[in-house]
Amino acid sequence: MVAQTPTLPQRGTVAGRRRGAGRQVGRLLVLIAILAVVLYPLFWMIGTSFKSQEEIVSNIGLLPREFTPGNFSNGWGNFDVSFGRFFLNSAVVSLLTVVGNAVSCLLAAYAFARLRFRLRGFWFAIMIGTLLLPGHVLIVPQYILFQKTQMVGAAWPYLPLVVPQFLATEAFFVFLMVQFMRGIPRELDEAAKIDGATSYGIFRHVILPLSRPALVTTAIFSFIWTWNDFFRQLVYLSDLEDYTVPVALTLFIDSTSQSAVGPMFAMSLLSLLPVFLFFIAFQRMLVEGINTSGLKG
Amino acid sequence: MALTTAPNPTPPAKSSVRTPAKARGSGRMRHGEGLAGYVFLSPWLIGLMAITAIPMLLSLYLSFTNYDILTDLSDVEWVGLANYERMFTADPSYWHSVQVTLSFALIAVPLKLAAALGVALLLNRAWRGVGLFRGLFYLPSLLGGSVALAIVWVSMFNRDGAFNSFLSLFGVEGKPWVNDPGWALETLMVLAIWQFGAPMVIFLAGLKQVPTELYEAASVDGASRFRQFVSVTLPMLSPVIFFNLVLETINGFQGFTAAFVLSNGTGGPVDATLMYTLNLYITGFTELEMGYASAMAWVFLLAIALITALFFSTGRFWVHYSDGDGN
Repeated sequence: MVAQTPTLPQRGTVAGRRRGAGRQVGRLLVLIAILAVVLYPLFWMIGTSFKSQEEIVSNIGLLPREFTPGNFSNGWGNFDVSFGRFFLNSAVVSLLTVVGNAVSCLLAAYAFARLRFRLRGFWFAIMIGTLLLPGHVLIVPQYILFQKTQMVGAAWPYLPLVVPQFLATEAFFVFLMVQFMRGIPRELDEAAKIDGATSYGIFRHVILPLSRPALVTTAIFSFIWTWNDFFRQLVYLSDLEDYTVPVALTLFIDSTSQSAVGPMFAMSLLSLLPVFLFFIAFQRMLVEGINTSGLKG
Repeated sequence: MALTTAPNPTPPAKSSVRTPAKARGSGRMRHGEGLAGYVFLSPWLIGLMAITAIPMLLSLYLSFTNYDILTDLSDVEWVGLANYERMFTADPSYWHSVQVTLSFALIAVPLKLAAALGVALLLNRAWRGVGLFRGLFYLPSLLGGSVALAIVWVSMFNRDGAFNSFLSLFGVEGKPWVNDPGWALETLMVLAIWQFGAPMVIFLAGLKQVPTELYEAASVDGASRFRQFVSVTLPMLSPVIFFNLVLETINGFQGFTAAFVLSNGTGGPVDATLMYTLNLYITGFTELEMGYASAMAWVFLLAIALITALFFSTGRFWVHYSDGDGN
């Protein structure tokens, strides 16, 4: 069958074409209007972080009348521990999570996607089951386990946040990589097998190099989700100097004094910066990554 | 070390020689692969046991006790069904949190999906710059459950926030929406709806799968655009709608960060934003009633399983799979 171009159908006449163009412009205007509403809060946040205290109350506009970059330095040192420390803490937790998820989920996915072993179907079903398990359900017993094993409030308090990530507990990424690996031609495995490669050799020389796109997707989303995560960090971190950025941000709300609004916005903006940068760098990949796998937001 | 936990893959009786790789017989290949399979699976298996399975059993046990983190685990008091009884008969704030969560999910999820589908339909044509639009609409979802975004949202709907300034342009008197028990939850709903980007991208992927011939045939038959939407787009998209509905409902039940930030961890004003998960957190980690919190967690788990099952059992009446034998 002759493939039709995927543009608007039946546009033979001049009038029809004009109507089509008009519709296109109308669609674009509607989209721009919706986009303005969607982006407004983000622009408002940027504007507010540069406004002085009295201007925050008085000035409705997005742009500050006078730029007040002092919000950033005030916010940075607003608490006894500087935000530099909070950012460092968040970076450590996020980067270790990225490494842990990438390694452990890749190993598990290779087993599920490529190797035949007894009870594979059973374990795979269990893995899919844990995909639907809400994190809130397990938080109390997990906390108790980590507390009994002396990992809560230890000298290095991030073990409860990081250890599970090295044990492929983010079933979502296992699933994503299984789906990806199923697309790698089996003939490559067979050829390597004929050449004498073991399962480990096939993993090392065939699957690992070809899985780079799935690994990058996993790394990006692990980073962003961990950076944004709040619940588990709130539960496990109790000392001010161990706080990650999200937990530290809530301190601004505790101090009910209105004077901290500017600094609070400045730090909120800074906290979103890594995610923004990831977004700009990987925009196309992020959107396509969800397309193929149905990532949650 | 992993091998101790892994069950023996196949009875080794058949193969007397252990040649790992080049084995041609499928039985022997399976043996080598079986071993490798469990080696590769071992981190996941350890995680499953230590991080998921054992905590689940522990939480089930604790839900029948009055455990608080301060007393020793060995001398907790078994209280039978008392926690569950208290939950269902003697704890008004529990029922309130159920109600808050249900109304949040029932209102925010359909509206979010409607917004996602609407914008996806507008974006479902290839033209220059469409990728940028998709990305920008997706941005709020990406920033998702971050504390920073919740802070911005709460400030926007404060007494002197941007929303009231906007209303005052039209001479409408605003109110401190986030402090008003009648409006605080609605503020959170708007936040959730605003993050329609993730389901939107999934809808876009689904719309690409709809064959253009169907639209051509429909327009030849004289079907209006609305009619085409109802008779072609919606049925063809129903698996994707179903997928988004299940996913977003489960997400909706778990809303925590924004409710925490808005109420500074209390669920206020007057329990208006006491989402189920926030209630669970307060019970377990503020009031240290971990036995009771475990019972709440188990009811939550069963409720989500039940709702998912309900979706799947009703889905066959309206989810249409184009390969015919899907239902």
